[in-house]
Amino acid sequence: MAVGSLPSSSLAYGGAGEPVVSDSRAWRKFARNPAALLGMLILAVVVGSALAAPWITPHDPAKQSLIRRFTPPVWAPGGNPSYLLGTDQVGRDILSRIVHGARISLVVGVLAVVVSVLVGVTLGLVSGFVGGRVDTVLMTVVDITWSFPQILLALAFVAALGPSLVTVTLVLGLTGWERYARVVRAEVLALREKDFVEAARAMGIGAPRILLRHVLPNTFSSIVVLSTLQVAQAILQEAALSFLGVGSGRTHPTWGQMIALGRDFVTVAWWLPTFPGLAILSTVLAINLVGDRLRDALDPRV
Amino acid sequence: MTAFVVRRLVRLVVVVIGVSLVTFAILHASGDPVALIMPEAPEADRAVLRRTLGLHDPLPVQFARFVGNTLTGNFGTSFFHRTPAFSLVVERMPTTLLLTSLSMALAMAIALPVGIYSAVRRGRPVDQVATGTVFLGQSMPVFWTGIMLILLFSVQWRLLPVSGWDSWASIVLPTATLSTFTAPLLLRIVRSSMLDVIRLDYVRTARAKGVSEWLVICRHALKNAALPVVTVTGLQFGLLLGGAVITETVFAIPGVGRLIVGAIRQLDFPVVQAGVFMLAMIVVAVNFLVDLLYGYLNPQIRIR
Repeated sequence: MAVGSLPSSSLAYGGAGEPVVSDSRAWRKFARNPAALLGMLILAVVVGSALAAPWITPHDPAKQSLIRRFTPPVWAPGGNPSYLLGTDQVGRDILSRIVHGARISLVVGVLAVVVSVLVGVTLGLVSGFVGGRVDTVLMTVVDITWSFPQILLALAFVAALGPSLVTVTLVLGLTGWERYARVVRAEVLALREKDFVEAARAMGIGAPRILLRHVLPNTFSSIVVLSTLQVAQAILQEAALSFLGVGSGRTHPTWGQMIALGRDFVTVAWWLPTFPGLAILSTVLAINLVGDRLRDALDPRV
Repeated sequence: MTAFVVRRLVRLVVVVIGVSLVTFAILHASGDPVALIMPEAPEADRAVLRRTLGLHDPLPVQFARFVGNTLTGNFGTSFFHRTPAFSLVVERMPTTLLLTSLSMALAMAIALPVGIYSAVRRGRPVDQVATGTVFLGQSMPVFWTGIMLILLFSVQWRLLPVSGWDSWASIVLPTATLSTFTAPLLLRIVRSSMLDVIRLDYVRTARAKGVSEWLVICRHALKNAALPVVTVTGLQFGLLLGGAVITETVFAIPGVGRLIVGAIRQLDFPVVQAGVFMLAMIVVAVNFLVDLLYGYLNPQIRIR
């Protein structure tokens, strides 16, 4: 995520209208941190290899080879240099499957968050601005959503709707919007009485325009931080759903599904569950490092 | 205080009804529950099932009946086990609660001292290592952590069983796994609540009075940092139960989570609904108690 390209107007004001940081200062603060740079580097590798998956993988991820079953990684005794991270129980190349799996994880992770942001921000804006009964109803809905273990709710609904990439993305998105609604609502409530909003209203500008042009930009940095961190959560949840058997479908390899298969062969082939897990760990860790640093740089209050 | 409790009770009732609406929606989300339950059955059989489930009634009527049944613990009969879904869930509940509380206790035992120490020594090596570990812990998928622990302790060193829930030895790995999920979360909360408190004036006053550093931290600071720790932990309880569901699946533990995951694979919806509803009720109960406790300890909140 290129911080330097954010419109400066969105960063000029923190929560209650006080200037916090200019974007160039935020960017320098961000770039100075080695952990965040490491995160960016890992992310670049993951995203790059996901994009280039068909051209850079040594093998077809679906190609089985019975004579090559359970080939250990190349450095272990019995390893084969053609299969760097070894093969699974039907002889498929683990490295190729991990690289292809990155596509699912990233696409589902990012799109689920897009859904959450769209729903959460809209509901938060409306609820904060309209207030009254609408607000009460919405906050009750948030309370109800909070009462379910999110993964369980996602599991049940994905199973009922039929597992597919689209359902997993939608269900994860629709079970994760409430934090945006909360943040945006709080921001709207704080801003509603501010002079510049008052001035806009006095000039005869309608509510939708005030919300979009004056209130929404002020919530921008909170949303950027929250959504970056939520991509990490969504990737973990997609992996968990795949692990539990209701993932993004049978046709593509996913990291969670690879680990689930690996669980069954854990006593004979340690590399089966280990490497896909390391892929999840490094991707999620990278996003968390970047997100945490973004929070420090942009928005100390979240 | 009475008005506060009454308001919270009203809210509790509303949330419980909302939870049952969502649980009701699980089966109806697909449009045709019968096609979901028996995908390959002939039309005649489907018609019979439609009649027994009362699917011809309008949705509000069906929902009212569902809420009524739910409140009396009637979720229907499991398609697979042929016994009431509710009792299947209740039988397995103690296992899930034991796993959750054991790992909660272990996580607290780690997070409390480390979190406090880390806050007191902010920015020092200890704090940096702790914060780094938190990051690592929060980035690991809990099911993978479990499998890695199995690889080390069961396959490599042959110290502990691979799965099950029938001896003390078999409880160790699942508890440890779930703790790696909960401890970072708790540690983060303990550390930030302590950081909020130790720079307050009264703590400085206590120090200035000559109270020993150890006493300042444990008596004065911790007392006030405890409230947010309890609240946030309560709010995160759903997350913990979600972690328990996954841990049970990894270690084949006969708890509610594994029951639900199995029922989902068999499309055994009464069990899915009963399990999801009961786990949500536990979260609701915990949140309610935390709310009351918070209102009791912090009078400001009662007025809102």
